[in-house]
Amino acid sequence: MESFNFFLPEIFLSMSIFMTLLIGVFIKNSYGIVTKIIYAVIIFLILIIGDNFNDSLTLFSNAYTSNSLTNFFKILILVSSIFTLTISQNYIKENNINYFEYSIILLLSILGMFVMISSNDLILFYLGLELQSLSLYILASLDRDNLRSNEAGLKYFVLSALASGLLLYGCSLLYGFAGSTNFETINQNIDGTNIGQVVAMVFILVGLAFKVSAVPFHMWTPDVYEGSPSSVTSFFAVVPKIAGIAIFIRFMQIPFQGLVDHWQPILIFISLASMILGAVAAIGQENIKRLIAYSSIGHIGYALAGVSTGVIEGYKSTILYIAIYVIMNLAMFACIFLMKKEGKYCEKISDLSGISKKNPILSICLLIILFSLAGIPPLAGFFAKFYVFMAVIKENMYALAIVGLLSTVVSAFYYLRIIKVIYFDELQLPFDNIKNLSISFTLFISCLILVSFFIYPSLLTNIIDVLSIN
Amino acid sequence: MNFPILSLITFLPIIGAFFIFIFSSDKTESKNSIYVSLFTSFVNLFLAIFLWYSFDKSTSEFQFIEQASWINGFIKFKFGIDGISILFIVLTAFITPICIISCINSIKQRLKEFLIAILVLESFMIGVFCSLDLVVFYLFFEAGLIPMFLIIGIWGGPRRVYAAFKFFLYTLLGSVLMLVAIISIYWITGTTDVNEIYQIKIPEEFQYLLWLAFFSSFAVKMPMWPVHTWLPDAHVEAPTAGSVILAAILLKMAGYGFLRFSVGMFPVASDYFIPFVYTLSIIAIIYTSLVALMQEDMKKLIAYSSVAHMGFVTLGIFTFTTQGIEGSIFQMISHGVISAALFLCVGVLYDRVHSRLINSYGGVVNILPKYSMLFAVFMLGALGLPGTSGFVGEILVLLGAFQKNYLVAILASIGIILGAGYMLWLYKRVIFGKLEKKELLDLKDLNYSEFSILFILAVLTIIFGFYPNLILDTIHVSVDQLINNYQTNLILSTLK
Repeated sequence: MESFNFFLPEIFLSMSIFMTLLIGVFIKNSYGIVTKIIYAVIIFLILIIGDNFNDSLTLFSNAYTSNSLTNFFKILILVSSIFTLTISQNYIKENNINYFEYSIILLLSILGMFVMISSNDLILFYLGLELQSLSLYILASLDRDNLRSNEAGLKYFVLSALASGLLLYGCSLLYGFAGSTNFETINQNIDGTNIGQVVAMVFILVGLAFKVSAVPFHMWTPDVYEGSPSSVTSFFAVVPKIAGIAIFIRFMQIPFQGLVDHWQPILIFISLASMILGAVAAIGQENIKRLIAYSSIGHIGYALAGVSTGVIEGYKSTILYIAIYVIMNLAMFACIFLMKKEGKYCEKISDLSGISKKNPILSICLLIILFSLAGIPPLAGFFAKFYVFMAVIKENMYALAIVGLLSTVVSAFYYLRIIKVIYFDELQLPFDNIKNLSISFTLFISCLILVSFFIYPSLLTNIIDVLSIN
Repeated sequence: MNFPILSLITFLPIIGAFFIFIFSSDKTESKNSIYVSLFTSFVNLFLAIFLWYSFDKSTSEFQFIEQASWINGFIKFKFGIDGISILFIVLTAFITPICIISCINSIKQRLKEFLIAILVLESFMIGVFCSLDLVVFYLFFEAGLIPMFLIIGIWGGPRRVYAAFKFFLYTLLGSVLMLVAIISIYWITGTTDVNEIYQIKIPEEFQYLLWLAFFSSFAVKMPMWPVHTWLPDAHVEAPTAGSVILAAILLKMAGYGFLRFSVGMFPVASDYFIPFVYTLSIIAIIYTSLVALMQEDMKKLIAYSSVAHMGFVTLGIFTFTTQGIEGSIFQMISHGVISAALFLCVGVLYDRVHSRLINSYGGVVNILPKYSMLFAVFMLGALGLPGTSGFVGEILVLLGAFQKNYLVAILASIGIILGAGYMLWLYKRVIFGKLEKKELLDLKDLNYSEFSILFILAVLTIIFGFYPNLILDTIHVSVDQLINNYQTNLILSTLK
C-alpha cells in the first residue's frame, strides 16, 4: 500500500477528470466552474508530487517509475499548464470557445504526458503518448466553426498518426530483438550488433522527433500553431515540448544507452538541422504565431544538442534549457494575449508597429523576452545556451557548437526585426488597454526571472543537479 | 579593502536607471530623470577618480579584488583591476556625464528612455573593464549591444535601422566564436579566472585557434580593416551622444581585450600572428586614411579616422615593446577624449543646421569664433601635433614599431601625414573661407553647457600632451609585467 502514494497523482488526475466531466454535463454553462475546479486540481497535484519529490520507486513489475527526474518534469508541466490556462481565459471567453470540455481535454493530455514520462515500458509509453496526442488533436480543432482550426487539427492528426505508426513499428521491432518491452531489459539485450536494432531505434527516434517538432519532422508545426486558437497554441508551444524532451532523455538514457554510437550522429544532424531551419525559415514570417513556431523548432534544436552529447551534463543542460524556454514562451504568449486592437486580437508582426510610444510596459517586456530568446547576455536565454554549449564542447563536438552559435546570429536577426518594428517604426494604432491581473502577473514574474537570472544562476541548476539521472 | 567599490561603480548606473524607470513615468517630469542621471553619473565619476587615487601604482598585481561563487561553484564572479583597466574605468565614468549633458538639448523625443539606455550602457562598459573572469567579461561585453542597438535604432538618423542591425549582427557574429573559445579554455584549464589562466599557461597547440577566435571578436569591435564597415554606418546614424560613447569607449573594449586576453593568455600565438596583425594595421592606417580624405560627411570622416587611429593601437600592442604598448594605451585614452570631442563638435553644428555634409558649411569662423577655436584644438590633437595628447600616443607607438620593423614603422608614419591631410582639409572647408551660405548667418555661438564640455575636453587634450606621465605612471608597472610574461613564455616555448 506504500507504493500507492507514488501512483497517486495519476489516480487523482483521472478521478478528477471523470468528476469534472460529470459536472460539465449536468450543469449548464459550466465552463467557469469546471475551470476553477481544474485550477484546484492542478495545485493539489503539485502539492502531492512535491510531497514525495525525492523518492524513487518502480511499480507494476517495473513498468512504471517515479523518481525526482520524472517528478521535476511533472511539476514543470503542471506549473506551465496553470499559467497557460490563466493567461488565456480572456481570449477563450471572447472567442466563444469556452466549452467546458476545453479544460478537461487539457487535463487528459496532461494525464497522457504523466504516463508517458513515468513509463518504463514500451506499451505503457505508447499508451501515454497516444492519450496525449489524441487530446491535442481535439484541442487544435477546438474552434470548430473556424476553417483554419479544423485544418490544423486534421493536419496534425494525419501527420501525427503517421509518426505514431512508425514509432509503433519501431517498438515492435525492438521487442523482437530484445524479447521484452521493459526499458531496462531492452538496454541489457541490445548492443547494436544487429542492423535491425538500429532500424528499430531510428523508427522510434522519428516518432519522438515528430512529437517535439524537430527537423525534418517539423512540417506540421507552423500550420498547427497558426491555425489553432491562440489559447491552444500557447499550450502547444510549451507543455508537450516538456513532455517530449523528457521522454527523449529517458529513451536515450535507458533503452538506447548501448546504441550511443548509432543515435549520436542522427541526433547531431536533427539538432543542427533544427537550429538552422528555425533560424532561416523564421526570417520571412509575418504572423507572430508562425514565427514562434519556427523559433520553437530552433530552440528544440538547441535542447537536443544537449541530449546528443549522450552524457549526464548534456541531459542536465537540456533540462535547464527547456525550463528557461518554457518561461520565455509563457511570457511571449502573455504578450500575445495583450495584443488587442479595437476589440480584436491581432497576430501580425506589423500590428506591433511603434507600440513602444503608447504601451511602454508591454514593449519593454517584449524587448526582454526577445533578447532572451535570441540568447543575448545577461538574460536567461543566454545561460540556457551557455550550459548546452558547455556540455557540447566538453565532448569535443566543435562543429555542432560553432554551427549552433552561428545560427543564433541568424536567428538574432528576426528577433531584432520584431524589436525594430516595436521601437523604431512609426505608431499606427495603439493596443487596447487591457487590465488583466493574471496576464500581468505572469508577464511580470517571467520577465523578472529572465532579467535577474544572471545574479544567481545556480538556483535552478542546483535543483537540476540533484535530479536522479543515471 | 573589503568595501566592494568595483561592484558599486559597476552597478550604480543601473540602479540610477532603475530609479528613472520607476519614478518619472510622466512625460513632463523629464527634468527629474535628467537630475537623477546626472547625479548618478557624477557620483560614479567621483568614485572612479577616488579609485584611481587610492590605486597602488607600484604593483602589477590585481587590486580591489572581489569574488563570489556564481555558476555552480565552477565559475566565479570575479572583479579586480590593474594599471591598465583603471584608466578605462575612469574614461568611461568621465565620458558618460558629458554624453548626458550633451544630449539634454539635442534629444527631442523620449529623453527618459535615452538616459536609461546611456546609464545601463555605462554599467556594462565598466563591467567589461572590471571583470577578471572570461565568462563575466563575455556577459558584459555582449550585454552592451542591447542598449547601443536601441540608441542607434530609436534616436538615430534616416538609415538608422540598417546601421543598428549591421552593428548588432557584426559584433554578435564575431563574439560567438569567442564564446566557443571561452568554453574550450574552461575545459582545457579547468578555470575561467584570468589570473589563474596566466599561471596555468594554455598549451601551445591550442593557442593558435583560441587566439583566432578571440581575434575575430576583437577585430570586429576594434574595428580592424576588412570588418570595419559597420563603424561608419553606426557613427553616421547614431545620435551625437551615441557616437561619442561608441568612439570613446566601445572601441576601446577591443583594445583592452587584446591586452588582457589575447596577449596575456596566448603569448606564443600572439607572437606567431605578429605579421598578420601588422599587415591589417598598416592597411587600416593607410587605406582608411585615404578613404577619409574623400568623405563628404563629417561624421563619416571622423569615423574613418577612428579606424586609422585604432590601427595604431593594434600596431603598438603587437610590437611587444614598452613604448609600443604604453603608446597604444595612451593612444586609446587620448582618442577617447579627442574623438568624443570631435563628435560633439559635429553635433554642435548638426543641432543648428541639421546637416553633416561638409559642403553645406564654410566660413563658420566668422560667426562661431569660440567654437572654431576649440575645434582647432581637437583637430590638431587628432592629427598628432606635438603638445596635444594625440602626439604622445603616436610617437610612442612609432618608437615601438621602429625597434621591431622599419618598413612597418615608415608605412605607419605615412598614415600620420595622411591624417594631417584629411583633418586640415576638413577644418579648412568647414571653418575657413567666405561665409556664403545664408542659413549659416544667424547661428549662435556655443551655449554655456556646450562650451564647458568642450573646454574641459580641450584642457585634457593639452594636459595629456604636456604631461603624459599622468597616464604613463599608472600603467607602467602593469605593462612591464605583461611584456615580461610574454617574453618568458616565448623563451619557454623555444626551449621546448
